[in-house]
Formats: sequence, structure tokens, C-alpha cells
Amino acid sequence: MAKRIEVSDLNIYYGNFLAVEGVNVSIEPRSITALIGPSGCGKSTFLRSLNRMHEVLPGARVEGKVVMDGQDLYGSDVDPVDVRRQIGMVFQRPNPFPTMSIYDNVIAGNRLNSKRMKKSETDELVERSLRGANLWNEVKDRLDRPGSGLSGGQQQRLCIARAIAVEPDVLLMDEPCSALDPISTLAIEDLMAELKERFTIVIVTHNMQQAARVSEQTGFFNLNGVGQPGRLIEFNPTEKIFSNPDQKATEDYISGRFG
Amino acid sequence: MTATKAPTEPPSQQRVVRRPGDRVFAGAARGSGIFILLVLAGVAAFLISEALPALTASSEEIPGGEGLGSYVWPLIVGTLLGAVIALVVATPLAVGIALYITYYAPRRIAAAMGYVIDLLAAIPSVVYGFWGLAVLAPKLVPFHQWTADNLSWIPLFAGPASASGRTMLTVGLVLAVMILPIISAIAREVFSQAPALHREAALALGATRWEMIKMAVLPYGKSGVIAGAMLGLGRALGETMAVAIILSGGGAATINLITSSNPSTIASNIALRFPEATGLGVNTLIASGLVLFVITLAVNMLARWVVNRRADFSGAN
Repeated sequence: MAKRIEVSDLNIYYGNFLAVEGVNVSIEPRSITALIGPSGCGKSTFLRSLNRMHEVLPGARVEGKVVMDGQDLYGSDVDPVDVRRQIGMVFQRPNPFPTMSIYDNVIAGNRLNSKRMKKSETDELVERSLRGANLWNEVKDRLDRPGSGLSGGQQQRLCIARAIAVEPDVLLMDEPCSALDPISTLAIEDLMAELKERFTIVIVTHNMQQAARVSEQTGFFNLNGVGQPGRLIEFNPTEKIFSNPDQKATEDYISGRFG
Repeated sequence: MTATKAPTEPPSQQRVVRRPGDRVFAGAARGSGIFILLVLAGVAAFLISEALPALTASSEEIPGGEGLGSYVWPLIVGTLLGAVIALVVATPLAVGIALYITYYAPRRIAAAMGYVIDLLAAIPSVVYGFWGLAVLAPKLVPFHQWTADNLSWIPLFAGPASASGRTMLTVGLVLAVMILPIISAIAREVFSQAPALHREAALALGATRWEMIKMAVLPYGKSGVIAGAMLGLGRALGETMAVAIILSGGGAATINLITSSNPSTIASNIALRFPEATGLGVNTLIASGLVLFVITLAVNMLARWVVNRRADFSGAN
């Protein structure tokens, strides 16, 4: 279950363009780590490098090390598919599979592992995952309906249920609430507080209040200018970042005095 | 005219501003829609009115002397057989080609392949016919013999094998090559538009590329592939020249694919017989054309129905 991720000297490239430079950070298990920073600073790129989703884009690559409990995720013998099975991801826009029912969406990841499961086992897994995502009561009567018929917030929780159904070690969330209304956002934030008992959570957010509300640790990314690589400027306990940051740039950003 | 009643209606509905650009565009679109329906109705009316004498004539008057049913039946069988072989062979191949081009091939090769496949569609069908007759048919003779020797327990390959290779099987394969570019072009288009959102969702769950395609690309592209297959089927059903060149035709209705005596198809039969047909013979040929029209319509409606059955899950909502 929940594992620690150590990142050292990580450079991330799109082709020849250095997008993120020299990240060193240690992400604690059973806690929420928030990544904040202005648009284009590389925080989403960094997040996607943690489960090797980054390299889905042609020409994208990394240098440096990402080690999860002693296992180098970028080791030459490591299959990115295995990495992604251990490190789940929730995206900015809710993306349940439109051609699948709610039920099938939840077990989509488990079907990939192609273990034969009994109907009773999958039923139980679906209920457990949907309860885990605080969605069970809203959808239990229409599990065979398409997931795309749900509201945005429900769809996002369905995506979380789908991600946690495979029991990952780490859950990455890329601005999971930016397409949602405040009530749905609150539901997801409550859910994150529960999920951190079991998972390591890393969340990218544009909403600084959200970072302050949910996270234990916060990393601030910034870049010097257009075409410059993004850097991790400061990484500290959330409380410290929002009260007494070490860096001037961090203080400028969180106080809105930025740019 | 109706505007004079406006005062009794709520003010919000009273004045819908209609800009000229909107009106022109709506008119043009509606006109095009009506136009295509009129063309279709005109064709149907022509077929029915011209076929009527044959439909009402007594059995002895129809060429062959055994009535319209027994005249058209072998042709229906021949038409469907050739088209089904073509579809069964071409669809999986086209889907494979489309997937290769969109998700597997390096970008430069993919573009080149796309052009080459599209080029297949530009070759005139008479060329396909000669190719089938001169190249493919002789090459397929050993295969015909092999199926007759080893698979004769399947009625489709009952034999005896044709010595010339000019068989329904050869026709079906030629038709498959002809409809391949249509299906693969449409499949390629829909596959390339499978949303990145859902492809990434699959990959993030730990899907391999093939699993990603199964989860996010094929379900999304299914209706497009069916639509492409129907277009291809339409071409295969109506193909005239290639079939007329390869098949000797004139045989009885049989599903035996590898003999020399096989039924012709409706379209090629019309093309071959029409120049010499007179009187009721013409009406009979047009009646067979009407049958083809109805078959095509039925197949298309069936395909629509299949696609719409799970419209909720199509991803369009």
C-alpha cells in the first residue's frame, strides 16, 4: 500500500525542450502533497512523469531518478504499464469511458489485469470502490447505465472509484476539481481526506485555498520566463508555505502579488 | 402571415431575430436535404413503375419462362454471396490497417500508407476486373483445388473446383480489395478522433497499447466502422464491371463458391443483358434492379438499427 516516492535531479523534456529542470523531492506516504504554481510552470508535467504518463506523448522523455520504495520507476527493465498499475491517476476533466456502464467503468482497471473474477467478487469490489469514492448511494440503482449520464462531480468520483479499484500505491490527481462546482469540489476534498489513510496522494491544483485545506506538504513550481524550464522553487509543510515561506517568489505567488 | 397573430403570444416569442445569413444557410441546408430525398424518391418511383409490367406478368412471359422469382433468386444469392465474402474479408483487414496507421506506424510511414490505400479507391473497377481475371483467378486455382480436397465437407467449398478460377470466391476477393480503401479510410478517420481524454484514462489504468485500443478506441469507432462497412457493402452489392468480367454467370442459385457454374449478380446481369433486352425483358431487368435497391435499403436500415441500439453508450452524449 501507500509508498514513498523519492525524486532526484529530474529533468523532463518534450523533444529538445527542457520543460522541467532539476526537481528533488520526497513525497511522503499516507499524506497529501499539493503542487501549486502558475500555468505552464511544469507541475502537471512533473505529475505525469511520476507514473510515466508523460512519455505517452511522442518525443517526451526524462533524465534523473524517480524511486518508489527502492524501485527505480525509470529503470531499464521497468515496464511503464506496470508503473501505471501501481500509480493511479485522476485527470482534470472527468473521463469515464462513455461506452461502458458505471459498473464496467469501476472494474475497467481490474479487467486489464485479466484475472478471472467471480461475479460476487466483482460485485463486492464495485460496491467497495464506489463507497470508497462516496458515490455508492447515488448510483447503486443504476450501475448498468452509462457513466457519461452522471453529473460532472459524480463522474469525477466515478473516475476516483475506478482508480482506487485496482488498489494502487499512489494516487495522482491533476487538477481534479477545476471543472467542478464548489459543492462537488467539497465532496472530492472530503474524499481525499479519507483516501489519504490508504494512499499516497499527489494533487496538482490552481486553487491555493484547496492546497491549504487538504495537503500536508506543498511544492511551489515556477519558471523565470516563457521558454525557460520550470523549477521546484520551494517544497515545505503546507502550513509553512502559506504562513512563512522560505522563498520570496513563493510568498509573492500565494499572496497574489505575482507578475 | 402568422406574424399578425403575434400580439396574443408572450412578448419573448414575439420577435425572434432572424438574420439573413442564418436564413440563407438554413434554407440551403434544408434544400439539400430535401433534394437528396427527392432524388431517392425519383429513383424508387422509376424502378417501381418500370418494374411493374414484369411484376404483374405471367410466369411464362418472363425470360427463362419460370416466373420472376426463379429468375431473380439466383442473382440475389450471387449478389449477396459476393458482397458478404468481400465484407467478411475486407472489414477486419481495413480495421487492422486503420489501427496500424493511426496508432502503430511511425508518422511518416502512416501518411504514406494513407495515400497508398486511398489510391486503391481511385483505380477504375474495370481494371480490377481484368486484374481479377488475368492475375488473381489463375493464382487462386491451386487454392480452389486445395479447398475442394480438404474442406469439401463445408457446403461453401463443395466443389468440384473450377479450373479457371473464375468463381464467386475470386469475385468476393476482388470486391474485398475494392471496398478496402472505403472502409479503412472511414475507420482511420474515426479512430484518429478517439478522444485523448479516454485514451489517457485507459493508459493511466495500466493498459497496454492494445488494451487502450480495446477500451477507448474501438468502442468509440464502432459506429464509424459499421458505417464504413455499409458504404463498402453498398459498393460491393452494386459492383458491375469487375463481376461481369470475372464471372461467367448464368448458373443456378448455389452457395458453392468454388465451381465454374455460379449465379451472376444483379448488377452485372443487368449490364450484360440490357443491350439485347427488349419488351418485358427490360422490365424484368429493372425489377431485379428494384430488388437490389430494396436489399441495399434493408441492409442499411439494419446497420442503423444495430448502431442505435446502444446509442446511450456511444459516447455522443
